[in-house]
Amino acid sequence: MNHDNYDDNYIRGILNNVKSIAMVGASPVNVRPSYFAFKYLAQRGYDMIPVNPGHVGKNLLDKPFVASLADIGRPVDMVDIFRNSTHIMPVVEEALRLDPLPKVIWMQLGARDDAAAARAEAAGIKVVMNRCPKIEYGRLSSEISWMGVNSRTLSSKRAPMPTQGMRLSLNRTSVGGGETAASDRAAKNKTDVT
Amino acid sequence: MTDRLPGFSTLAVHAGAQPDPTTGARATPIYQTTSFVFNDADHAASLFGLQAFGNIYTRIGNPTQAVLEERIAALEGGTAALAVASGHAAQVVVLQQLLMPGDEFIAARKLYGGSINQFSHAFKSFGWNVVWADPDDAGSFERAVTPHTKAIFIESIANPAGSITDIEAIAAVARKAGVPLIVDNTLATPYLIRPIDHGADIVVHSLTKFLGGHGNSLGGVIVDAGTFDWSKDNKYPMLSEPRPEYHGIRIQETFGNFAFAIACRVLGLRDLGPAISPFNAFMILTGIETLPLRMAKHCENARAVAEFLSGHPAVAAVNYSGLAGNPYNNLARKYAPKGAGAVFTFSLKGGYEAGVNLVSNLKLFSHLANVGDTRSLVIHPASTTHSQLDDAAKVKSGAAPDVVRLSIGIEDKEDLIADLEQALGA
Repeated sequence: MNHDNYDDNYIRGILNNVKSIAMVGASPVNVRPSYFAFKYLAQRGYDMIPVNPGHVGKNLLDKPFVASLADIGRPVDMVDIFRNSTHIMPVVEEALRLDPLPKVIWMQLGARDDAAAARAEAAGIKVVMNRCPKIEYGRLSSEISWMGVNSRTLSSKRAPMPTQGMRLSLNRTSVGGGETAASDRAAKNKTDVT
Repeated sequence: MTDRLPGFSTLAVHAGAQPDPTTGARATPIYQTTSFVFNDADHAASLFGLQAFGNIYTRIGNPTQAVLEERIAALEGGTAALAVASGHAAQVVVLQQLLMPGDEFIAARKLYGGSINQFSHAFKSFGWNVVWADPDDAGSFERAVTPHTKAIFIESIANPAGSITDIEAIAAVARKAGVPLIVDNTLATPYLIRPIDHGADIVVHSLTKFLGGHGNSLGGVIVDAGTFDWSKDNKYPMLSEPRPEYHGIRIQETFGNFAFAIACRVLGLRDLGPAISPFNAFMILTGIETLPLRMAKHCENARAVAEFLSGHPAVAAVNYSGLAGNPYNNLARKYAPKGAGAVFTFSLKGGYEAGVNLVSNLKLFSHLANVGDTRSLVIHPASTTHSQLDDAAKVKSGAAPDVVRLSIGIEDKEDLIADLEQALGA
């Protein structure tokens, strides 16, 4: 997998197939990016599980926090890691001890650990790094177009009117995502400087 | 598995637009409304807190405007865009995100006269200090960098003489200085030059010109390339620091590689107010659908007119970078292989007076202060667009007293040449 530049079909396949998402590092503070993403993905119908040992006993949008992936007590399709690059490996190791294994490990915008990704991929897990599932879902569904963001997709079908809990079609024609796309160059530049 | 990627002309027609969700209308509707209802209190709070995608109030965004924004972002190869009321508004909003009072930005000396005025006078009153450099010498930008420098500003094809800027050379200076390169791409449009491909971090346009293309609607746009790391060294607190307007959100951390466009919208447009009207957004969007066809014709006609003028005995010099022998011809071949644009200047052997006579004798060319119309336009910059500059600055910016500027339209080129011929001989 080329982690500098994901094909839209790879991201689309993941977002279409996963149903449950454990978010490690989810925050109950409503200005944190993890809160934004958690709320959006819940609104789009994903079964969201907040994982953060600092908030056990509280709820995030009516979902109780658990301290660790092991505490979830049921299979999860995807682990979404809202931690800095330096804190990725222990979470991936924890995910690799789950039975059954998650199908996907997703590292948030700005987070990248190639060694951890290689270990997850060796166990048959799909990996996405340095992306936000909210942004990718909004982009591939074109919902993000309301913000003037380049969805890099086209469609001649009637646009949906999103309602609470509604899953949107991600099956649009991809426009870009090659090496010359500015977003991919930017992601790469950021990785290079850290 | 990789799908076929749509080409430029397909994007010009389709990007950002989709049949309307309620009516199925295929053309993008004009959402002529100030405000949008919320589903409930939580939805309202989510929108105001930037947590959800959607519409609040047309000063912040509007669905017609959003289609225009995505279309231009797609054509320029950027991550996002923000449309505003004019090209001048775009420049204010961009620099408001980057500069604090006492900061500096370096700008090319050859710019649209209105930009020179805005930078020299209006921005000075904000404490944003412009430092001028020579777009033909990247070293002059490098020498102008100080610890207070926050941005570099150039035009891809420079007004008024249509000279071509070596974007990559100046992008290298910006990268070394750790500041974003802003490129005004108005005269080129993304059909001729895509500055992001050459290292620009931000692209601005006056949509009023070739993108709208019909001389009927004002507009401006800001395109975020998604290439700049705003949080690297705390130079750009609007993007990297918690924003009190939004309960402590950090814009770059939250919005990643389209953070600059979001900052321009939620900190710039929201608080400064230069929103584009939905009707103008619609008119410009309609214009963009034919951008590739129009630009090809504009360039074909401009070359023919420039060649005609070069051979005319009354003409002293023609500054069209598309002509062999022009000092910018190599840069034009590199940056604008499809054509060198349709705005250029020429000077007459008869000097100032011959220029004034020419303008008054023309019958098809319109004498007015705009460029990038379907109609061919003519102006005498020294007495109009560049009149507020002193004589030395006029010469440096390419608007010497004997210079006439043309913006070549999409009429039949034979008719344009005939009009110039009768006016030069009159």
